[in-house]
Order: sequence, then structure tokens, then C-alpha cells
Amino acid sequence: MKVDLSEVRKIVNQAKTESLQEGDMLVNILHCVQDHFGNFIPPEAAEIVAQELDIPLSKVYEVLTFYTMFSTKPRGKYVIRVCVNLPCHVTGGRQIMETLKEELKIDVGETTADGMFTLETTSCLGLCGVSPVIMVNDTYYGDLTPKKVREIIEKLRAGGDEK
Amino acid sequence: MALTANTILICAGGACISSGEESVKQALEREISKYALQDAVRIVETGCMGACSLGPLMVIYPEGVFYQKLTPKAAQEIVEEHLLKGRVVEKYLYKGPTGEVVPQVAEKLPFFSRQVRIVTRNVGFIDPKNIEEYIARDGYFALAKVLREMTPEEVIEEVKKSGLRGRGGAGFPTGLKWELTRKGTSQKKFVVCNADEGDPGAFMDRSVLEGDPHTVLEAMIIAGYAIGANQGYIYVRAEYPLAIERLNTAISQAREYGFLGSNIMGTEFSFDIEIRIGAGAFVCGEETALIASIEGKRGQPRVKPPYPAERGVWDCSTLINNVETFANIPPIILKGADWFKSIGTENSPGTKVFALAGKIVNTGLVEVPMGITLKELLYEIGGGSSTGKPIKAVQTGGPSGGCIPAQYFDTPVDYDSLQKLGAIMGSGGMIVMDEDDCMVDVAKFFLEFTVDESCGKCTPCREGTRQMLRILEKITSGEGTEEDLYELEALGETIKDTALCGLGQTAPNPVLSTLEYYRDEYEMHVKEKRCPALKCKDLTRYVIDESKCVGCTACARVCPVNAISGEVRKAHVIDNEKCVRCGSCIEVCRFNAINKVSP
Repeated sequence: MKVDLSEVRKIVNQAKTESLQEGDMLVNILHCVQDHFGNFIPPEAAEIVAQELDIPLSKVYEVLTFYTMFSTKPRGKYVIRVCVNLPCHVTGGRQIMETLKEELKIDVGETTADGMFTLETTSCLGLCGVSPVIMVNDTYYGDLTPKKVREIIEKLRAGGDEK
Repeated sequence: MALTANTILICAGGACISSGEESVKQALEREISKYALQDAVRIVETGCMGACSLGPLMVIYPEGVFYQKLTPKAAQEIVEEHLLKGRVVEKYLYKGPTGEVVPQVAEKLPFFSRQVRIVTRNVGFIDPKNIEEYIARDGYFALAKVLREMTPEEVIEEVKKSGLRGRGGAGFPTGLKWELTRKGTSQKKFVVCNADEGDPGAFMDRSVLEGDPHTVLEAMIIAGYAIGANQGYIYVRAEYPLAIERLNTAISQAREYGFLGSNIMGTEFSFDIEIRIGAGAFVCGEETALIASIEGKRGQPRVKPPYPAERGVWDCSTLINNVETFANIPPIILKGADWFKSIGTENSPGTKVFALAGKIVNTGLVEVPMGITLKELLYEIGGGSSTGKPIKAVQTGGPSGGCIPAQYFDTPVDYDSLQKLGAIMGSGGMIVMDEDDCMVDVAKFFLEFTVDESCGKCTPCREGTRQMLRILEKITSGEGTEEDLYELEALGETIKDTALCGLGQTAPNPVLSTLEYYRDEYEMHVKEKRCPALKCKDLTRYVIDESKCVGCTACARVCPVNAISGEVRKAHVIDNEKCVRCGSCIEVCRFNAINKVSP
């Protein structure tokens, strides 16, 4: 993939001007860079961030590998995050995960060969009132059953954009 | 604004959105314009109304009729019947446990009538995207009072007098924290709102941020005035995109109206707020880790003291309060500390928002006075078990808390009583479990969480919790011994005493509390190799009841590992060597012929 580095420079400088406080904007910048590349941070971009902020590259990676939401590998068009916390667990979350693995034929942390889906787990999404819950990119789906999960996947495969 | 005949409040909380609020709203709009009612009816998307299990839901004023479990078709009927003809559509009203239609009016439903709403006073009643609706409900009045009539010391005194304690979990007196931060010696000071709500099963902060973001801003500005800070940060988890969006809107509106920025309300005082977004790390809810994350570093905690009041963001004195704590501040300023103290108990004044989840009829958010008993909370407001089986235990405080068994449900809910039971108030998540839930499995579940989320900085948490998990895995796979139970206790106590931060120190709680109250269940796992709740896979088997099986082959076809065999129209058998206990066969069997047994 070709990485447009001037765009990364722009993002970093934009973030610098928006901050009220002089200092380290690294987490926010990484969010912006990741969004720009469609949910991952290529090594070339990480290098630019390090240069622009005048910090060692190791520092960028130290931070970016700490947080689960940042990825150094390309992820699918749809990142499916399955809530694996107790409220979802007691209301059938395990089955939801099994169904997704079966349906997508991938394990947690993997991406389908066609680049459509990445399966991840997430900490509590705070939608326990309608558990079990998953999040597909920025959209939530609640009160799930294996059947509903299959329908969602089918819809996304057919190109129906989320909800 | 023209006078409207009807106002529809439609809940646009995360839970209702996930169950189809958007399509209901579109249907409403379509029908309303079809009948040219645009000028007579106003639709307001509010924050979470709390009754998540009934969503999508809405309330139509002036009568206050409460409609639930809506669909686009329901919306159409309601426009045609209710709005055009003035007839309440009964089938979408809330029905009680026996199917009776109970009061139409939202305020009179048992779920709502028992609540005392301070923190969530505006959530579900106003349009969170419109600052004027907040102002119309006395919003920013407390700020005006503080800036015009009170000195910073008086503000702190009032908060101290109210007895408000931190709602994030530990229950530290809020006024004292403010005072300590004011006394901090650094030149610059910061106010931080901890909106990194990560405890599984707790979602009250999210609801306040989404449903009433201005109350948090107002309280932070007041705090800034009281401690002498000019800048605030709200640290929100990235898992809450809607909350982030609404906060951004609120901040720019507040700037526009002169509540944020330079010379607020024409005074000398200036204050501004910036949002920082987390990136998926549970430990960042711990205050020192949160500070590190705000500074753009790995979110790892450090040793306290020094506390943030002395050395916080950029080594400056920093006040950190949680969302729910802040939301209490404007009412305390407006109505006074004495009013606040008249609610709740002596040592825990005020209210607490609880998130009811798991196997309970009315899942969602409720705000009740401190001191209410668990029984009242779970049965009278929560509606009791949703599975028909009795409630066995309730888990409070997430991975830092413990399980409270049903025989203690007369306990009043406040900081001290829960602590005595080995649980904690935590952020207020209540996860209800019935006899189908295995307590060893629950403990293991939380340990998996902690092991996963441990930041790795200190050994007791990084290695200790891993060892505890290993023992629990041994037990649930049928290889545990009695010694393991003692080992678990000893390890748990050691971690409690030696871990660096609050997350580590409380990580053994789920294990220790279940060991205390459900030791018999642990013993069955180790002595009899049996899981009474039939949850632990390695200790259960699936068997087909020959007398019920008609040989339809549905189970054999669905089995992913071909563990089921048998001829058509003859009873089938399951090979338990091959069986992975996925449960697919039980799901498809129409004759209830497949049972789970242990051992």
C-alpha cells in the first residue's frame, strides 16, 4: 500500500494547533492517523509522527502497542468488537462469539481473507441493558442471538452499510 | 418558537439506538409530515431514559404517555391514533408482570416512581444537543451563583458540608479532595473528569454524558473556580463515540454562550475544557494511569503518594472526579448541602445510580437514595429474575467487587455496608445471576479480564493474577485439589497487600468473595468433579434421552464435530469424547431430548 506521508504531517500539525496545552498529543494524533488509514497505523506513518513530534520512534511504538484500539496491522473494512464482559457472558455472549467465529471462519484478532472483517474483543460497551452486544465500527447491535448475528453479517457482506 | 400541541420525547440512548430508535424516529417524522402535523408536534431525541429492556421507547406529552418496544409500524399507528385522534394505543403501553396495563404515565410506573433523580435529573427529559433546554431547567444557574455570590472557599465548604463522596468507586470525600487540590502549590492547576467508565456492567456515566453533557461541564467550571484552575480535561473512552460527539457539541455551545473561555459571565474567571480520548485500556480508569494517558503516554499507574492533588497532569495539582460525582455538584450548589444531606444515609448522603444488568426483568439505569436495600432495588424496581429461576447472587463493583448471595439482600446499599460483605459499591454496576450461573466460572471470568487488562508494571498483579487464573482453570477443568483453594486464598491476600494500584489490589475480590460465600460450589468442583450449574464445559456431558428422541437427525446435522450418530427415526447417541459442548444440538432439538448433566 502506498502511504501518503504529507497527509500524516498535516494531521500532526493540525493536532498541535488544536491543543490548548503545550505538550504531548501522541494518543490523539495516533487516533487521527489511524482513522486516516482506515483503522491501522502503517510503520511509515509512525515514523513521520516521531519526526514531527521530535521523539524517538520507540516512544511512538511504546504507546501505540499499549492500547488495544491501535493496530500496527491492516484490519478489515468492518472491525467487529464483541463484548466479553460478565453481563454479556451471563446472557449468552459466548454463543455470539462462537457464531461469529463460525460464520467468518476466523479467530479473535484475525482478519478475513477478503479483507472485509476483523474480529476483536472489547471491554464493556456500557450497553448491558440490551446484552449481549457487539460493535461494528461505530455502530452498536444489542439483544443479539446467533440468528441476528448471522443476519448482520449477511447484510454487511451484501454491502448494506451497517444499520 | 411556535406552541406545539404535542411533544414526543424519544429515547436516543445507546441501548435504544442499538435496538432501532433511528428507524422509529424516521417513521414518526414521515407520518407526521404525511398528516401535515409538523407545526403541532415536536420530536425531541433525549438521552437514556433508563428502561433499556423496553426500548426503543418514547413519551408523548402533555399527557406523558409512555410507549415501549416500538417499531416503525408502531410509530405509524401511534401517529394515526394518538396524535390525530387522541386515542392512546394500548398495545404499546407498558404491561406489568401479569400482563395488566399499568398506568400510562411514565412517572407513575414502578420503575420510575421509586427513583430520586439528582444526577440524572435531566437525562431523558431534554435534548442533550440543545444548551437552551439545559438552561431552561436551571442549567448554569449554579455557575452564576458561584461566580457572583460565593468565594472559592465557600464553594468548597458547601461541597464538604454536603458529605458527597466520590461515585467512581472508592468513595473518597469530594469536598476534601477539592480542598487538598486548592492547597496544592503548583502555579497551574487542572480539573479532570474521569469518564473512562470501564467497569463491566456499569453505564451510568455514559448515560449522563450522552443525555446531559452540560451538567458535567458546569460542574467542572465550578470546580475550576473553587480550586483555582483554568483548564479542564474530560478523559472519555473511545468505546463511547456518541458521548464524545455530544460532549463536543456541548463544549462548543458553552463557548458560544460565554460559559467557557475567557471572562466567564463577565467576571475575571477564565476556564476552558478539552476532550482526551482513551484507546482501549481498562487501567486508564485508575487516576494516575489516566493522567499518564492524558499526557500521551502509556497508561500505567504509579505509586501514590504523591496524590494527584499534589502532582497530577504535567506534575501540577490536579482534581480528578468521576462523571457522576460532578453531576451532583450543580444541585448541591443551588439547593444547598442540607437538602443533599436529607437524602440517603448519614455516611453516604445523596443518591446512587445503579446499572441493572444480567438476569433481571428491568435492565437499565435507576437512581435511588443510598441506603435502599438490595431487595427493594432488585425486586421492587428491577422486577426480579427474568428467567423464572430465583436470583442466586448479585455481582457489584465489577472486577474489583464481589458477589453478594441472596441471603444478604436485606443489606442497605451504601459504601460501608457493601464493603463489610466483601463487595464494593464500585461504580454501581449490578449483575444479576441465577442458579444457572457457576460462581467458579464467574470468578474465573473476572480473573481472565484482569489478566488481560493488567498493565504489567508490578509483579503481584502481572504474575499473581495469572497464577490465580491458572488454578481456577485447573479447578474448572476437573483437575483441582483442595489445596488449590487454600492456595487461591493465600495468593489473593498477597496480591491485595502488595499490588501497586487499585486495579491490582482489588483484582482478587471476585475470587475471595465467591470462595467465602460459595465454598461448597468450589468443593464440588474439586472433590466431586461436578459443576452444579452445568457451566464448566469439562465437567459436563451431553446425553440424549432415548425415550424422547424420535431420530429426526437435526442434531446430527448441526453438530460441528460429527459427534452425534444414529439411524433415521431411531434414537441418536452423543460421543462425549468428540463433543465440544457447543450446545448447538440442544438449540435445534424440538423434542427436548438432549440434556446437559454433571458429571
